[in-house]
Amino acid sequence: MTTTGSPALDARAIRAEFPMFVAPRPDGRPLHYLDSAATSQKPQVVLDAMNAYYRETNANVHRGVYEMAAEATDRFEFGRTAAARLINHPREALVLTKNATEAINLVAWAWGARELREGDEIVVTEMEHHSNIVPWQIVASMTGAKVLFAPVTPQGEVELDALRALIGPCTRMVAAVHVSNVLGTINPVREIVEMAHQAGALTMIDATQSVPHMPVDATSIGSDFLVFTGHKMLGPTGIGALAASPERLNAMEPFLGGGEMISDVTTEGSTWAEIPWKFEAGTPPIAEAVGLGAAVEYLEALGMDRVREHERATAELMINALGEVPGLTILGPTDPDRRGAAVSFTLDAVHPHDIAQFLDSKGVCVRAGHHCAKPLMRVLGTQSTTRASAHVYTTDEDILALQGALIECRSWFGA
Amino acid sequence: MGGLDDLYQQLILDHYRNRRGRGRIENASASVHEHNPVCGDECFLDILVEDNRIVEIRADGDGCSISQAAASMLTEVVADKDLNEALEIVEHFRRMMHGDAEPDEDLLGDAIALEGVAKYPVRVKCALLSWLALRDAIASYRETTAHGG
Ligand SMILES: Cc1ncc(COP(=O)(O)O)c(C=O)c1O
Repeated sequence: MTTTGSPALDARAIRAEFPMFVAPRPDGRPLHYLDSAATSQKPQVVLDAMNAYYRETNANVHRGVYEMAAEATDRFEFGRTAAARLINHPREALVLTKNATEAINLVAWAWGARELREGDEIVVTEMEHHSNIVPWQIVASMTGAKVLFAPVTPQGEVELDALRALIGPCTRMVAAVHVSNVLGTINPVREIVEMAHQAGALTMIDATQSVPHMPVDATSIGSDFLVFTGHKMLGPTGIGALAASPERLNAMEPFLGGGEMISDVTTEGSTWAEIPWKFEAGTPPIAEAVGLGAAVEYLEALGMDRVREHERATAELMINALGEVPGLTILGPTDPDRRGAAVSFTLDAVHPHDIAQFLDSKGVCVRAGHHCAKPLMRVLGTQSTTRASAHVYTTDEDILALQGALIECRSWFGA
Repeated sequence: MGGLDDLYQQLILDHYRNRRGRGRIENASASVHEHNPVCGDECFLDILVEDNRIVEIRADGDGCSISQAAASMLTEVVADKDLNEALEIVEHFRRMMHGDAEPDEDLLGDAIALEGVAKYPVRVKCALLSWLALRDAIASYRETTAHGG
């Protein structure tokens, strides 16, 4: 149990700050939104900040001499500063991208495609989202490197001894997810980074599901690369981040070329801008960066410790409530101290598609499918699962509605 | 809950609970394996063809109620049909699923109950999985017989 001393989050009060939860649905159905691991809802302050940017200071960033352009640049760069502060990372080493996927691809191409050689090894875990597998497979097939998978136990934890054994002299990169989007498992990323560094390998931590829900200190994790995505942390779509060590970024060649990322361009060749702009070609997602900054301020005002405590308590409630549903099996760790509030389960032989469809008729939104983690599905011995996931606005009623709908669902499909 | 009853008509639940034509055919004239990228569900479809007719058809693999019921209905509807007729039925079903055709019960049999699925784009893929597998199976049968003599 973590005790923070400060009062718990009031999810009901928080809901009042999210337009999605304030307006009734046209057909009168309630909205029990339990798909925040796919994308979170957005508070009014985020929408307002983006709206205000377009209404008050819309101009392209970094080049304009006039005051409004300078103001646009300030608001854009504020998004970066806020995101970097949230994870305790130097702002000049935080590259803004389109999403987490693009951030991983940036590293795969700007580092991997240039540095990897035949016989080199990239170690990932079986728990990864496809976005932390496929970019490595692509650069591996170009360079002759190999992608190795560290096994995950049937209980949904990375086998650390097996991971240690896989990391060897040929390992150039170890890529691991911080919190699993399928199982909620919290991985010991500091230990994994240390393991990799001892073997002289670099590290990529996919913090997409941790940054929105718990304090994440990128400096103390010490990974060479760490990524996250705006739309899962109460911010808009179209913005994500790569937090990298400044030395790495300085040593790397650019990913995409174009405007904004250059220092000089001649017919003979070009030189690059300083980091982080060297990795931000073209007009960036300005309004989205502004929205991300507002989302970070919103989370900071709630307090990430309290956000985590709400997450932990919600995970506990969810696991207890789901445990009472006949025929239901929870996948992944059941100790709420060791997991986030993304909970995957199966319900007898009822197919996840049918479960999700039935739940929708009760106003309960959950995800059904392979959750972009097919290697993990194979480990779990299934094609697909149903997943319920929470955020700061998730209430006890949401969980009880889920529980009730699942019990009804089972008899409807005659399981 | 109106929407749910529209989608999951009794006939669908009945085919789901009592699958017809399930399993594999040992000496199949053509076999195909399809999967639904959305959920990973798989379908194995075997046909036995004699004199250009489907004399036996079986579908196997796990999936949601819609995909299971659709496979079950398919095996009934196209049994003993001429290959061209079967393709015509599949095409009609495909167009119904995309909202491009008034469903014709004479062609579709029980599968007309799946009409409501057209409103749920993600589930359309579930319903179509086995039906498109049949289309591929017939194509593959024709290719091998063309090449084989
Ligand atoms: C663990 C994990 N990594 C990466 C991603 C990819 O995020 P995005 O689609 O925003 O790039 C997701 C989102 O589904 C995720 O859950």
